[in-house]
Amino acid sequence: MREFTLPLEEKEIASLKAYDRIVLNGSLYVGRDQVHRFLFEMIEKGEDLPVDLTGATIFYMGPSPAPEGMVIGACGPTTSARMDPFSPALLEKGLKVMIGKGPRSAEVIDAIVRTKALYLQAFGGCGALYANTVKSVKPVAFDHLGPEAMIELQVEGFAVIVAIDSQGGSVFTR
Amino acid sequence: MSLTEKIRDALKWAAVELDEDVLDRLHWARTTEAERGGGTVRSEASLAVLDAILENLAIAKEKRLPMCQDTGLFLVFVDVGRESTMALSAIEKAIHEGCRMAVEEAYYRRSVVEEPVFERKNTGNNLPPAIYWDLVDGSDVTIRILLKGFGSENTSSVRMLNPTGGSEAVIKAVGEIVTLAGGKPCPPIFIGLGIGGTMDRAAYLSKRALFRDARVGHEDPRYRALEEEVLAHVQSLEVGSGGMGGVITALSVAIEAEPTHIAGMPLAVSINCWADRKVCVVHKEDDDA
Repeated sequence: MREFTLPLEEKEIASLKAYDRIVLNGSLYVGRDQVHRFLFEMIEKGEDLPVDLTGATIFYMGPSPAPEGMVIGACGPTTSARMDPFSPALLEKGLKVMIGKGPRSAEVIDAIVRTKALYLQAFGGCGALYANTVKSVKPVAFDHLGPEAMIELQVEGFAVIVAIDSQGGSVFTR
Repeated sequence: MSLTEKIRDALKWAAVELDEDVLDRLHWARTTEAERGGGTVRSEASLAVLDAILENLAIAKEKRLPMCQDTGLFLVFVDVGRESTMALSAIEKAIHEGCRMAVEEAYYRRSVVEEPVFERKNTGNNLPPAIYWDLVDGSDVTIRILLKGFGSENTSSVRMLNPTGGSEAVIKAVGEIVTLAGGKPCPPIFIGLGIGGTMDRAAYLSKRALFRDARVGHEDPRYRALEEEVLAHVQSLEVGSGGMGGVITALSVAIEAEPTHIAGMPLAVSINCWADRKVCVVHKEDDDA
């Protein structure tokens, strides 16, 4: 299995194809429904975003509380389709990699191809598996959202499958 | 042990571990995908998902972590024996308190909001549970609780079918709903079908169906055969584990049916993820309250 350090470089993204199984190390942002809505509204209004999305990776997830001695609780992917209305705008702002589960809309696939980005599928429901890969957690923005707040993770050995590649190849087409 | 403590302990366990019937079906899925998948890229992806699920369960058990960050909404079915002398208010209190304690002690994610449309303020403790009350024969009080995750719940659906549609209409509708769901509900999935009653009764029955042992079919051979036909049709869709293709899409189909009106055939399809977390606590007449 190929291993990569985040952020991914352009040529690394171009080399990845649907169904490739890869392992990620490094830093990624976490945000789901409300974070997407807020970021989208800020982009619409032309406001500065709380983070620079250029080259960034975002993981659709809301963790369970961290037990004593762990940095995070269960932290598997949530359903990506709910982010579909907001993702094209984030991709235009430089976002390169999205991690979640399940299919994406035609608009998102178009935006992925247009911006040479990547959509990765994490293993659904495998919250304990991913908790094991998280080395540290840092708050980033929208703290008031609790388990839905935007945070940054350092991960090691984070396993995913390429679901939609930068040429539009997809694991969801039959 | 009090009823509250029994509920608490059952729920602490349920976030972390799965029942034997669910584990059996997951291992069956792994074996079947390996044997019949034909080594295609799709089937290999499905196998990777199933392996990740089994590894995830081992880690959850070892670290006593919830297997999934979505610890769900408490959906509770209380069957109260007509001869039971336990106060309904005491049963209700035990359920609320047992849920509250499990959420705290087993690190459940706080996933419940006060109202659905406007502020969506988190209740902070996953309360209130949604409770259905039913009367049954005998003196036992049986409390079944489903930790209903919403990745899968968002793909559940109701169809008001034509009364002359028969089993074909049921099979077709389930196929359409599962196809639309694709990889969203964390397949391989469990499918609960409620058929008959009214729209809301069908929905209720479809959830109750999810409590049946996944290895056991309906007692009526006609409905058992329909369960098998629906399952075969769903597998033929090749959604696969993780929605990337493969020969196993569903782990079981269970039907609950009841009388309905001459003009209709309500069908509700409740989809549950592979993490089919359910508990059953029985309170006997002589047990501590």
